Amino acid sequence: MKSVIFRTVAPFLTSLMTLFSIFVLLRGHNEPGGGFIGGLIAVSGLAIYGIAHGVETVRHAIYFHPLAIAGAGLFAATVAGLISLYAHVPFMTGLWIYPSFFGVEMPLSTVMLFDTGVYLVVVGSISSVALSLEERGGE
Amino acid sequence: MDIAALTFLALGLPFVAALVAPVLTRFLGHNAAWILALAPVAIFAHFLRYLPEIADGEIVTGGYAWIPSFNVSFSWLIDGLSLTFALLISGIGALIVLYSGGYLKGHPHQGRFFSFILMFMGSMQGLVLSDSFLMLFVFWELTSITSFLLIGFDHRREAARRAALQALVVTGGGGLLLLAGLLILWNVSGITQFSLLLSFGAELKESPFYLAALLLVLGGAFTKSAQFPFHFWLPNAMEAPTPVSAYLHSATMVKAGVYLLMRLNPVLGGTPEWQVLLPLFGVATLVSGAALAVRQTDLKLMLAYTTMASLGLLVLLTGLGSPHAIEAAALYLVAHALFKGALFMVAGIIDHETGARDLTKLGGLRSAMPLTFAIALAAALSMGGLPPFFGFLAKEEIYEALSSFDRRSVVFAGLTILGNALMFAVAFAIALKPFLGSKVETPRHAHEAPVLLWLGPAILALKGLSIASMSGLAHRLISSPMSSAIAGEPRAVTTSLAPHIGVPLLLSAVTLLVGVAFYLNLDRLRAAMAVILADIGWGPDRGFDQFIRGLLRLAVAVTRRLQSGKLDVYMTVVFVLVAVVLLATPAHFGELPRAPFFAADVPTHELAIMAIAVAGLLAVVMAADRLTAIVSLGIQGFAVAVIFLLYGAPDLSFTQFMIETLSVVVLALVMTRLRLSPSDRRPLHQKLPDSMIALACGFGFGLFLLRATGTPFDATLTDFYNLYSKSVAHGANVVNVIIVDFRGTDTLGEIAVVMITGLAILSLVRLRAGSLKRGADDRQDVEERA
Repeated sequence: MKSVIFRTVAPFLTSLMTLFSIFVLLRGHNEPGGGFIGGLIAVSGLAIYGIAHGVETVRHAIYFHPLAIAGAGLFAATVAGLISLYAHVPFMTGLWIYPSFFGVEMPLSTVMLFDTGVYLVVVGSISSVALSLEERGGE
Repeated sequence: MDIAALTFLALGLPFVAALVAPVLTRFLGHNAAWILALAPVAIFAHFLRYLPEIADGEIVTGGYAWIPSFNVSFSWLIDGLSLTFALLISGIGALIVLYSGGYLKGHPHQGRFFSFILMFMGSMQGLVLSDSFLMLFVFWELTSITSFLLIGFDHRREAARRAALQALVVTGGGGLLLLAGLLILWNVSGITQFSLLLSFGAELKESPFYLAALLLVLGGAFTKSAQFPFHFWLPNAMEAPTPVSAYLHSATMVKAGVYLLMRLNPVLGGTPEWQVLLPLFGVATLVSGAALAVRQTDLKLMLAYTTMASLGLLVLLTGLGSPHAIEAAALYLVAHALFKGALFMVAGIIDHETGARDLTKLGGLRSAMPLTFAIALAAALSMGGLPPFFGFLAKEEIYEALSSFDRRSVVFAGLTILGNALMFAVAFAIALKPFLGSKVETPRHAHEAPVLLWLGPAILALKGLSIASMSGLAHRLISSPMSSAIAGEPRAVTTSLAPHIGVPLLLSAVTLLVGVAFYLNLDRLRAAMAVILADIGWGPDRGFDQFIRGLLRLAVAVTRRLQSGKLDVYMTVVFVLVAVVLLATPAHFGELPRAPFFAADVPTHELAIMAIAVAGLLAVVMAADRLTAIVSLGIQGFAVAVIFLLYGAPDLSFTQFMIETLSVVVLALVMTRLRLSPSDRRPLHQKLPDSMIALACGFGFGLFLLRATGTPFDATLTDFYNLYSKSVAHGANVVNVIIVDFRGTDTLGEIAVVMITGLAILSLVRLRAGSLKRGADDRQDVEERA
């Protein structure tokens, strides 16, 4: 795209959206948000970056193949479900631990790992489709 | 460790050995056989410990719960029948592993071969020891699959691939019949274990489902045990390396069907249907197998057809069901496993050492291979039923069973003598012709086989001799318990080598004379058989090909019909169906909404938002080009998102916003990909049907939603989630907690679908015009072959 303003703003916009998407992912358990919506926001950010600077730049920026990201997400989600088997509770039962870092209690759970998996699958799958469409669109 | 746990380990050990086999072979080469053979030897030793107990008439069962909710267990049943089989499988298995060490020495995939054959051993062992129906079925199909792998071991040859596939289709398909049969037995009796079924009594035989169950079980048994007319896969399976033929296709797997019949004899046997069907198929298989064996000159094929004949004989005897017939079946089964295994291995040795296995291209090997000659002769004497070999005892017992003088027995006895005489001729053709006469030049210079090769057949041949000479002990430990298990009541086998004058001996002598006559005129017989077969000109083997071709043609025709390959056809079908379901179903059941209702006081801002949505839709319809239409569709979507927000569903609204944004982006990208013309320039009469379908769908959804919201709201679930979301799942956002915790497994499935869809779209996008064309060529290819 030719617009200089858009090209200049796009990286900042994408970084902000990605950051925001992670924020939405993490707050999801108690307030509106979650892995799915967070993933969609991140994909929108990537799409903006792609429109501004071309697909190659985006592929370079995310380093991994989008489908590899999606695969990792699916794997993480499955692992999150399997962990509960080790605690002798049914598959996919949420497990929580509360380690404290520097006096601050930090709730961690398999549920969060699962939601992160959802996030990665959404980011990976949809950006893979969007990027490949964009790539050939110009021909 | 208790003996039950050890039995469990014994069931698993072959699979463990199969796992380590490739690594071991990489380090030790063909000598890995010595170590790998320890697995079956250990199993053999384990089962030997059961012998005294079983000989005293005990039945040992054991196992673990598998799927308790379906009453399915992983359990085993050890009685005379399954113990004999287990000993044969592990004993011959050990010898076969050693033999394969020599036979495939230096083969690049020897490790893989060991792995396959050990997996097969584990499956076969599981099959015969299974107590639960489902376990039997699983192992049954596992033997089919491992046999597929073994037959197709040399997968670069077309013939091997075809034979492997054929065996899989026939025996695997039979396995499905067997499953159906077992399910009927389960339904009628409510029992899932053989050990309990055996004491269930005569009720099964009187059930109206008896015949159906019997036919299905016979379908499984006859395909596995290569009964006429399902025999054709067995000779084709000779494409496999010889150790496989010796093990699977003579000693063990093909006996699985016979095993099943013997196992079910007390439950299903003794009825008129049983006593007609089994002997008929058995005797047809016996005679046709023996006749086809005479026709061949290839050592392995001759043996394969005699195996088929022997299986027929076993089915015949099991079907007759008289005490002597059962005992004869027990004796002959063991004897056959020993002599046929040995003969196959001899054929393999000849092939391996001379490079030829055609009878007409072999001769005068006696001086080069004296040991092999001796082994072959010993095995052939047993197969021919001559004293002092085990085969003689079996044959005496067979004739004892057939020597009552009613009309049926006379016919069966006559046909059995014919079949046995033909087998006698074939046995000695294999044991004598390659070794006697003048020396024939062979592709490889003949010399005696190495120890790994001759050890197996030598032991088997010697066993045939030693069992016969110690018949008392053998009967007490093996034959009597086995006959008792088949008969379902205590039996004692007494036959021995001691001379006893009677009808059986006379019939034996007749067989011997006719057999010698056949042997002397073998070439003339072969020519006659060739003429007969050429006159028939059609066989089940060709029938199989025709069947597969027909199936392919049908599949292509159906696919052509249903899959036009045109996107607009698919879309039209889908949406017409949606409209019909939405409109016709409620109309039929009188479930249409009473009347469209409008809330009395809708706030102005809500009305405004709805107006925006409508305006968006109008813009879509009136848009001059497609890109505008896509963007306008977004207007309507955003308006809906705002409505969600107003009604207190921030998550939903949030998602809707993102989805709308991304859809516009993706749709716009797709537009550019598809190279559509910028606007829809079709004439009205083409647009009209599509818009009618669209209207019908929209109208249907509207009615559906009105009806759904018209029903009183059941708040049970809402209350449940509100109550437990924070206390159990530690989350205040109920929607998210439902997605990731309460219904997490659903979500896992959904994200898997998302990922697969992503993969599918990616591959579609990557498809180029050229590769599409190649797909079409492939399809043409299939048709041409069909």
